[in-house]
Amino acid sequence: MGLDFSVIPKYLDIVLIGALWTIAITLGAAVVSFFGGIFLAIVALYAPAFVRWPFRVFSFLFLGTPLLLQLFLIYFGLVQIGIDVPAFVAGVVGLGLHFAVYNSELFQTSILAVDKGQTEAARTLGLSRMQALRTVVIPQAVRDVIPPIGNNMIALLKDSALVSVIGVSELTLSAQRAIGSTYRPFEFYVLVAAIYYIINLGMEAVLRRVERRIQASR
Amino acid sequence: MQRVFPFFLEAAWVTILLSLLTAILGLVCAILGTFARLSRFWALRMLGATYVSIFRGTPALIQLFILYFGGPQIGIQLDAFEAGVIGLGVNVGAYMTETMRGAIISVDKGQAEAARTLGMSRWQAMRSVILPQAMRLMIRPLGVNLNTLVKSTALVAAISVVELTYTAQRYIGSTYKPFEMFLIAGVLYMIIIYIVGLGVAWADRKAQLH
Repeated sequence: MGLDFSVIPKYLDIVLIGALWTIAITLGAAVVSFFGGIFLAIVALYAPAFVRWPFRVFSFLFLGTPLLLQLFLIYFGLVQIGIDVPAFVAGVVGLGLHFAVYNSELFQTSILAVDKGQTEAARTLGLSRMQALRTVVIPQAVRDVIPPIGNNMIALLKDSALVSVIGVSELTLSAQRAIGSTYRPFEFYVLVAAIYYIINLGMEAVLRRVERRIQASR
Repeated sequence: MQRVFPFFLEAAWVTILLSLLTAILGLVCAILGTFARLSRFWALRMLGATYVSIFRGTPALIQLFILYFGGPQIGIQLDAFEAGVIGLGVNVGAYMTETMRGAIISVDKGQAEAARTLGMSRWQAMRSVILPQAMRLMIRPLGVNLNTLVKSTALVAAISVVELTYTAQRYIGSTYKPFEMFLIAGVLYMIIIYIVGLGVAWADRKAQLH
């Protein structure tokens, strides 16, 4: 069975709609992982021990296990405890939590790296501990860590292909649908790889621009 | 729990074997990739850069699918395990190429210049001056690559290789105990990663001594 790329145009709209879903999932999970990461970092650094420990166990488990396994846990686990969420939501939450744990490690280092004088100055000006953290420390910490966080988000785009396994109709699954009726896996998976590659290039270009802006603002 | 545990242990062996073979293939690809990327010849540099860009720029899962499901269309017949090792190995090789290249180019330029001034050839300078120093720099980041690799072997569950994640998924389906199955597989993964970490730490200590 040779190659025949002429079957593609007929299914192109299905695949492109899948690509839009992939972008939506990536954006949704990126937002979850960003704010989740900040939240986890603050808990790890400032929360009392009885709050910190459960989160530490959670982070430990999520750092040491594959994303695919975590997706199965979240998808089937939620159903098990009676919460029947759409696969899309399970996918966004699973991807988001996975990367939140990774981002949290980055945020923790960068929060600690913000000069102590900044907090002291803010406290002297009458800000509460929480206010100082929120308005003085976190913004600086976030700025310093944008490049590696951006790299995590590019990794997130590629890992979003995994949510096809729990039945989210994104790019990968839409290609599988087209393959189901054409029996042309090579053609469609190469097409899908090319689309991921283009989205990936786009994200890298945006990240580089943002990095330049940050450099200039210092 | 006791009933399923032996199956998880067996699956853990498959994951270990996959990780080992993938790591070896990945290192071979990375060495070739690094030589290509640092070559004097434009064509080789382009080839190396294209390899890294394509394999890091697309999802590993899709690369596996192209090889396993698309392979037969272009005359490549592999069983799922073989496709898993080759697909993941070539993928992780692209990431390792960047690690190795990064270590080599971060060795001070003066070192190469001094070696050349002393009359060494380009290759001699690389082998006896640059590489020994770069080796020390690359072990830890390669360890990070290996850690990621162990976790990415889970992807082959999607082409139905019976390893840890596949086994967990199967028993989640039949026992309706997602959390317990996750924990068993998770702990086994973490033991494997811990052992890999010990090996990397040992290699790093060895390298720092020289």
